Amino acid sequence: MALLEVENLHTQIKLKKSTVQAVDGISFTVEAGETIGIVGESGSGKTMTAMSIMRLLPNGGSSPEGSIFLDGRDLLQLDDEQMAKVRGNDVGMIFQDPMTSLNPTMTIGKQIAESVRIHRGAGKQEGLDRAVEVLSLVGMPSPQQRARDYPHQLSGGMRQRAMIAMALANEPKLLIADEPTTALDVTVQKQILELIDGLRERLGMAVILVTHDLGVIAGRADRVNVMYAGRIVENTTTEMLYANPRHPYTEALFDSLPERGADSGTRLYSIPGMPPDLTKPPAACRFAARCRYAQDDCRAQDPPYRVDEVGHEFACFHPVGAALRSGEEVEVTLSEVTSTEELPTPELGEVLLEVTDLVKDYPITKGFLRRQIGSVSAVAGVSFSIRKGETVGLVGESGCGKTTVAKLIVGLEDTTAGAMSLEGADLAALKSGERRKKSRDVQLMFQDSYAAMDPRMRVRTVVREPLDIQKVGDKESREARIKELFEQVGLPASALERYPHEFSGGQRQRVGFARALAPAPKLIVADEPVSALDVSIQSQVLNLMKDLQAEHGLSYLFISHDLSVVRYVSDRIGVMYLGKLVEIGPAEAVYSKPIHHYTRGLLDTIPVADPEVEKAKASSGIVGELPSAINPPSGCRFRTRCPAAQDICAQTEPPLVPYGTDGHLAACHFPIWE
Amino acid sequence: MDEIVVESPGQGDNIPPTEQMLGLEPTESARSMFRRGLEVFLENRLAVVAFGVLVFYVLMCFFGPLLYHGNTSHVQMDEITLPPGPSHPLGTDQNGVDELGKLMKAGQISLEIGIASGVLASVIGMLYGAIAGYVGGWVDSIMMRTIDALLSIPLIFALIYLASTLGRTKTVFIMVIALTSWFSLTRLTRGDTLTIKVRDYVAACRMMGGRSPRIIFRHILPNTIGTTIVNTSLSIANSVFALSVLSYIGLGLQAPNDDWGGMFANGSSYLDQNYWWMIYPPGVSIVLIIISCNFIGDALRDAFETRLQKR
Repeated sequence: MALLEVENLHTQIKLKKSTVQAVDGISFTVEAGETIGIVGESGSGKTMTAMSIMRLLPNGGSSPEGSIFLDGRDLLQLDDEQMAKVRGNDVGMIFQDPMTSLNPTMTIGKQIAESVRIHRGAGKQEGLDRAVEVLSLVGMPSPQQRARDYPHQLSGGMRQRAMIAMALANEPKLLIADEPTTALDVTVQKQILELIDGLRERLGMAVILVTHDLGVIAGRADRVNVMYAGRIVENTTTEMLYANPRHPYTEALFDSLPERGADSGTRLYSIPGMPPDLTKPPAACRFAARCRYAQDDCRAQDPPYRVDEVGHEFACFHPVGAALRSGEEVEVTLSEVTSTEELPTPELGEVLLEVTDLVKDYPITKGFLRRQIGSVSAVAGVSFSIRKGETVGLVGESGCGKTTVAKLIVGLEDTTAGAMSLEGADLAALKSGERRKKSRDVQLMFQDSYAAMDPRMRVRTVVREPLDIQKVGDKESREARIKELFEQVGLPASALERYPHEFSGGQRQRVGFARALAPAPKLIVADEPVSALDVSIQSQVLNLMKDLQAEHGLSYLFISHDLSVVRYVSDRIGVMYLGKLVEIGPAEAVYSKPIHHYTRGLLDTIPVADPEVEKAKASSGIVGELPSAINPPSGCRFRTRCPAAQDICAQTEPPLVPYGTDGHLAACHFPIWE
Repeated sequence: MDEIVVESPGQGDNIPPTEQMLGLEPTESARSMFRRGLEVFLENRLAVVAFGVLVFYVLMCFFGPLLYHGNTSHVQMDEITLPPGPSHPLGTDQNGVDELGKLMKAGQISLEIGIASGVLASVIGMLYGAIAGYVGGWVDSIMMRTIDALLSIPLIFALIYLASTLGRTKTVFIMVIALTSWFSLTRLTRGDTLTIKVRDYVAACRMMGGRSPRIIFRHILPNTIGTTIVNTSLSIANSVFALSVLSYIGLGLQAPNDDWGGMFANGSSYLDQNYWWMIYPPGVSIVLIIISCNFIGDALRDAFETRLQKR
């Protein structure tokens, strides 16, 4: 018998006027000791599935229907007191954001001990001893001392370790990890995922890994359930899913991944439209409205689950792929050729933006008189240039200074030292009035468009604002320009009357893009423009950015922590570490033949949506955590985490020198260069 | 396996989608923020009743005298202290003056001074708070410490002192009450401004080259309007009350320009004679106006909360 058997689970969330069918009849099983992945986009019901197992539903959540058997006991039949004994004892859970899930007024040790004391009736000292024990189990350095720390004293990665320790304190049989690494940096993400994997093996527990990231799931899960609109649409082993997806939705998701596009140099496939409204789900196949292969029967009735010859389960009338790849392939002609279309190659012109030795220090002040007691070195001597029509990508962990570079270029922050020239004019030397005029030429696209738009303004006013400020043309010409922009970013002109909160994430990002385009800039600085979006929506925005670049000869400075996205959009990639540019060069060269150890480590650390590659990864990637920028390490700033560091790295800072002839530069004493 | 014929979905990247395709309900497009706020407001039954009470008083005080002509100006010794009856619905006072007519006239003064000083206090408080919060640094420190200093003066003492030195005209009362009641809104607006000025949309405006006045008037103040309007409704209630208090202790407008507080004070000196019709009408009026303003304030708070507008 399986450890966990979920059968025909239905969960509803009541809103003010309607009811959302968040989970609509799903069934799956988890065997002891295995890792099950649940993958889906936001709103697909994956978190609600996890919460239903724990019976921790948000306000308005009705008690789930169906059955959830854990070790032969139906959790849905238990009363609240019995269920409380199951939570944290038989089933442990890790949440997305460790900061909000930990009580800020209690020490880590006490919080872990609390659950031991509740479930095992342990005494105060016994509980604390157990806390220290599990903290060392999850790889927390000096657990005795850390147990006495408060959550804010720990870094994000350490907090997530504490969360895991808490979930494991009573040795649960099942661990539910809901997006356990989404709030963490890639280098830390890898460490945490490896930790969960190792603990699963050692403690023999089962893990349900809930995530939106196809890369995370590829290397970790034994079986994968793909969810869409409250249903499981496909369920099979990880290898089979990635090698041979049968449901068109899964296939479309893979086609939307930027690494696929970057490998083949083609446009990304983007799933048209939006997921259905789950307050009134369609009685037919829920994906039919967005499906490339949809037929009349898909729109008329609900496809039942089917199992093919190799045990691959899916719910589709017209599955893609074949049961056995070696068997005869079914010929499928696509009406939409976008996914094989060649990408437009922009023509590179002369240098547009030249950044030289850019430095930004933030002072740390103390006391009433605001005496300066130190400074945070956010950007320390960064130089690069962007040519007309070129996209330069900037990658790095959070805290590496990439967003500060963006703010300096668009003029939201003043530089401490260094020069920036736009078409020969030194931006830092301009008077404020002229700087304002120049700001037309450089526009910023924000990560969170919702936060970047005044909630009390209609999007018409939002998009018109840069034109009003810069006094471009008269009223009619501004109106005409707005309509034109909306058409370009693929939104109907009637949507101009709406407020920002009425749009979905992807649509808002389009509005944000329209606003950035409004004053006809030469350079758009895009700060993480797609990191808040789902994969299928992300590809729409990326395609749009590429199209309009070719059309208008725009240059982009594309900032992201996601190397695969940066590689897809960029001509050149710069890698930043702790305020320094450590490597810059042509996108393919940086990606396939990195010179700096940090770049190498980043590449090894980022999860790839391919189980073969993921499982074959031998190196552990980058270890440890980012040092403080208040007292950055001497010499090479990466030396504290570098596998090749020697004495010289601590004494002299390596200069950025060219390797080869294609403009590939790196700053390392011991480069990876044959 | 079935033969698969792929239809053209006709949803390429460059064809602008219709609103339905975007999942936006077409009927909603024309609805302004005001309409939506109104809907939330109307859901609060208590506030609707309170609003009705307020409208009733405004109509009664300002238009009632056109229909009802009671004696409010001269002494009529043959009609003193009459209880409510057919010729005097609310009775008469110790001078034979009609209570209902007097209630209307006094109400005009109470409401005029209350609303005018409430609104004036809100405008001062909002601007002061927004500027202090937006400019920040030592300017903010000086501006806010000034407020702290002013707040340390007991309110009633300041009112009495100002009312007795500046004279007792309507304008003076409006100014005096407004000048002593704008501090709380200043603090709230400053707090809001501090959180709004670090938002991305303010950064976006600065990045486009927008100057400070634009940021304050187009972005910061409209986003604090919820706080301001809620506070204005409470401030009106407080002003009506403050005026009543002044009149009650004999520092209000000169008779016969009594407000409700003055009427109430006058009536309460006949408490032992059981002339209840001289006390209850002004007393109940003051209480009703203050309670109504508070309920309306609560409902407005919800109406201005964008997140509550949909769903």
